[in-house]
Amino acid sequence: MTAVHAWRCLLGILKRESLRFLHQRERFIAALVRPLLWLLIFAAGFRAILGVSIIDPYETYIPYEVYITPGLIAMIQLFNGMQSSLSMVYDREMGSMRTLLVSPMPRWYLLFCRLLGGTLVSMLQVYAFLAVAALFDIRPPAWGYIALLPALIVSGLMLGAMGMVLSSMIRQLENFAGIMNFVIFPMFFLSSALYPLWRIRESSDALYRLCTLNPFTYAVELIRYSLYLKTNGVATLVVVVAFTAFAAVAIYAYDPARGIMSRKRTGA
Amino acid sequence: MPELHVNAVLAIEGLGFSFGAKPVLEDIDLTVRAGEFKLLLGPNGAGKTTLFSLITRLYDSPRGRIEVDGNDLKHHSGPALRRMGVVFQQPTLDLDLTVRQNLMYHAALHGLSRAQAEARMTDELNRLGMAERIDERVRKLNGGHRRRVEIVRALMHEPKLLLLDEPTVGLDVPTRRDIVDHVHGLARDAGIAVLWATHLIDEVMEGDSVFVLHQGIKRADGTLAQVLEDSATATIADAYDTLTRGSGTKDMER
Repeated sequence: MTAVHAWRCLLGILKRESLRFLHQRERFIAALVRPLLWLLIFAAGFRAILGVSIIDPYETYIPYEVYITPGLIAMIQLFNGMQSSLSMVYDREMGSMRTLLVSPMPRWYLLFCRLLGGTLVSMLQVYAFLAVAALFDIRPPAWGYIALLPALIVSGLMLGAMGMVLSSMIRQLENFAGIMNFVIFPMFFLSSALYPLWRIRESSDALYRLCTLNPFTYAVELIRYSLYLKTNGVATLVVVVAFTAFAAVAIYAYDPARGIMSRKRTGA
Repeated sequence: MPELHVNAVLAIEGLGFSFGAKPVLEDIDLTVRAGEFKLLLGPNGAGKTTLFSLITRLYDSPRGRIEVDGNDLKHHSGPALRRMGVVFQQPTLDLDLTVRQNLMYHAALHGLSRAQAEARMTDELNRLGMAERIDERVRKLNGGHRRRVEIVRALMHEPKLLLLDEPTVGLDVPTRRDIVDHVHGLARDAGIAVLWATHLIDEVMEGDSVFVLHQGIKRADGTLAQVLEDSATATIADAYDTLTRGSGTKDMER
């Protein structure tokens, strides 16, 4: 494994993922429409019902749309992470996974590059979403767009690695609906994406505890703080540790000796 | 670690594999030398794809050894995979990308520089008469052209060993002939070791070696002439029928 080879390999994978994404117009539109529905319709309906008091990192009262924007950014990454990791093991994508894995770089490195590729795609989606949101006057501080970058990388890696772990555990991945119901929705609702956690605590302490155990909550908070140019040590730490743990499990699961690939349908 | 066989680009020894309790491959020994064109013949379900998955290290076998150009696949997988070009049974090109983008992606995975990749791409595409299609989307190509692109891709990094898993399935007769001839040429002229899995026996040509796999067990291995002699048959079709007779052959031809 030489540095030059590793670098070329990484660039090649990032380029391929971006090209594929740019060619799949429906996927791009879907990725944009989903959070915009929440932002422009759901939030408009709820702003009167849900008052948000001044909480960190905000310094003034904020409209509900502003509150949920970081949560929607994290949702984009959650969807994208699940989709890109799970697509690796769909039959349709099985072939491209094989071509990737028969190349000479160590397998952990290939999986890592693939995760970075998925993260890059999610970042394109996030900035497109923020551009539309800005048209509707939902604007973080200008430097927030830059400060958001590193946060998006770690949270994107974490959610992608989580998808990779799921893809190795679930045998039957015939449809995305199961993942929606059992992973994406629970993670999204049991987090600080749509409401501050103190609100949940008011109604149920048990739910509040679940939310604090959900790594997605910390991805949302990391994004929220970065967007408003503040740091959140706990959130950063949890996201980094969760990424490391998920990645370690994924690399273990995809080790050839573990035979995860042999349990998938190979069409012998 | 001593090499298994001198001159063998691919050397497999005592390889076995099971899905759970069900054995899929048992005690397989197989070698392919430089310049040799070896057909891996066997009905559907004989274990060909499993064997390919083991050689390409999609998964490991706890039993036996695989060496590529003297590199043990388990312990030196990087050098072993670097010497290997693979054409999988199912299509693996990105349909929305152009031929060039697909090939450049592969070149990047193998660490080729831009200049190296361009040169290799032009050479191999020219050889297959595909050069003018370089900027077409793969989606626009027919099945035969897609296969040719996959062969070009497998050759980009100048492998010593070329593996093809039923590469002509679903192609028309003239296209099949072209591809079979082209890959024979690669073995003959460039000295590439070729392992070509198929259940279509008309792809065997004089001078080829034949390895017959049936129900996970080796039934024959040698030059075409040797196999005919050993099985006391006159044609490879008869030899194949004789060697793959027995339970479980009903799914032999679809």
